[in-house]
Amino acid sequence: MAGPVLEAKNLTKHFPVKQGVFFSRQVGAVRAVDDISFTIDPGKTLGLVGESGCGKTTTAKMVLLLEQPTGGIMRFEGQDLQTLDGGSLKAYRRSVQAVFQDPYASLNPRMRVGSIIMEPLITNEPLPSVEVRKRLLRLLELVGLPERAADLFPHEFSGGQRQRIAIARALSLSPKVVVLDEPVSALDVSIRAQILNLLRDLQAQLGVSYLFIAHDLAAVAHMSHTIAVMYLGKIVEVGDGETLAKAPKHPYTQALFSAALPSHPDERRDEIILTGEVPSPMNPPSGCRFHPRCPHALPRCSTEEPKLLPESGRLVACHLYPQ
Amino acid sequence: MTGPLLELRHLSTHYVSARGTRVTRAVDDVSLVLDQGGTLGIVGESGSGKTTLALSLLRLLPPAARFVSGEILFEGEDLLKKSDREMRRIRGKRIAMILQDPMASLNPLFTIGDQVAEPIRVHEHASRGSAWGRALDLLKAVRIAAPESRVREYPHQLSGGMRQRIVGAIAISCEPRVLIADEPTTSLDLTIQAQYLNLLRDLQRSHNLALIFITHNLGIVAKMCDQVAVMYAGRMVESGPVKQIYNSPAHPYTQALLESIPRLGDSRKRLTAIDGQPPDPSAPPAGCAFHPRCPKVMDRCRTEAPPEFRVADLQTSRCWLSAPGSR
Repeated sequence: MAGPVLEAKNLTKHFPVKQGVFFSRQVGAVRAVDDISFTIDPGKTLGLVGESGCGKTTTAKMVLLLEQPTGGIMRFEGQDLQTLDGGSLKAYRRSVQAVFQDPYASLNPRMRVGSIIMEPLITNEPLPSVEVRKRLLRLLELVGLPERAADLFPHEFSGGQRQRIAIARALSLSPKVVVLDEPVSALDVSIRAQILNLLRDLQAQLGVSYLFIAHDLAAVAHMSHTIAVMYLGKIVEVGDGETLAKAPKHPYTQALFSAALPSHPDERRDEIILTGEVPSPMNPPSGCRFHPRCPHALPRCSTEEPKLLPESGRLVACHLYPQ
Repeated sequence: MTGPLLELRHLSTHYVSARGTRVTRAVDDVSLVLDQGGTLGIVGESGSGKTTLALSLLRLLPPAARFVSGEILFEGEDLLKKSDREMRRIRGKRIAMILQDPMASLNPLFTIGDQVAEPIRVHEHASRGSAWGRALDLLKAVRIAAPESRVREYPHQLSGGMRQRIVGAIAISCEPRVLIADEPTTSLDLTIQAQYLNLLRDLQRSHNLALIFITHNLGIVAKMCDQVAVMYAGRMVESGPVKQIYNSPAHPYTQALLESIPRLGDSRKRLTAIDGQPPDPSAPPAGCAFHPRCPKVMDRCRTEAPPEFRVADLQTSRCWLSAPGSR
């Protein structure tokens, strides 16, 4: 099999913080994403988990080229994104699409569903209108919407159906990677399973890769082949989805998974309740960024930053390993 | 006192349009019992009537709402028969509420101390000094670090988790008997949510509070509650002890809901989805409101709404399949 479809190496994004009369003096930087590396294989899903402020949305924005990284490289099918220009940049943008959290905000209320879904196609490919219509009907069928949906407006649909429209739009250019930023958290509980099943079916059918961002750990574990856990701009643990969910190694991952709600009242986990809250990414703690909240912190954790090293079949950045 | 702390008897709350032509049955014939110190979870999707139910308990409904029938018995007295003046003495003092968004429930122009002390001053006519002293103790009770300096700060200076703990402190400031929490943790991060739920449980034990959780999250119910009521299109379709319902749900909606959530540690490749959409609350389907989505639908369900059947001790279900003799 060929290499990864998307690869990030030492990816970094620092937002400058400026002060002064004309905001001329830079007084610091928000280190939103700090030196992270990951790969996404064709037809696979990378799940990104972490709490607000950990940098997962910034990572997604860099993948979508909505933010310029301040450091590191991203490769798409082996090609460095920095070297892309003109036509090849346009081709990249076509290959990477997104589905956002809130389908009430991400669809233009003044456009008919057909135009919404077909807009990317019309702007990107000169196609005869018969062909456009044909593709539209195929996309609607793919996401499980009736043909007549094309002539209606978004307000005539429920949340779950709107999310189907957003998915159809993302798929209209046959992308290689789709960024799913909290695709089900705005939906009703009984609808979430429909959308998660649809996304899985589409992946099996079309071989598309997903970057799946969510805070519902069970949903991420269900959807992802690989899971990366982020804390304050760093990846602290990354590995095979099932292995990681079953036996997390990093103390933060352990705390995160133990905080996940049980699915049955008899299910009792050893709860690790973290004290304090996530520190500011403008001034992250020295050494391991998790050490002020870590129940197992060692003296060296406050001075020496741990590297991502192999441990029981995944990568962990923690001084507790190797034991 | 004998008898339950709070009892709803056939409560119906409807919304009536300005001309009186359209009626939305937001809460329809709901009966519930909550004991002292107990924890009740009310689960449902958007539009199922769970928030209207919670607001009915406090009589905090918008003008379009009408109590059509039923009783809300709190410590044996019907809240629907109380005057507005009497209700004001109950709200915040005997029955308190925590809302979803802590930023919207705190006033940005007043200090934390003022806002925590306010209910104590209003309900107990305490002096400013003694109310502030109590406020400080309350901040300690909800585990705010450095409470002495926090009392003088404003809401925007606190994080989301801390704000929600402040709202919790305000809610328990007058030692209520019942605390209603409407989606209290949806705006919080996972580890902060765990902190907050544990805090609520500790407060419940130390103050012998009865808790009502309004939520769409079945995980919160599994973790926190001992009773659960499942709402669908304004009706309570199933209720009973949490363990009993999670082990043997009687109503097809509850069954489907429990099946449809992804769980950590299960390796199902597909989730069991529920087809269709939740109904429009202003125009629910005829008969049983769940029938268009029900996998076990029968002819009778399309025309006749099922009454409440007793399935087992304490467990009720509004489904024809639960009717005596049908199983």
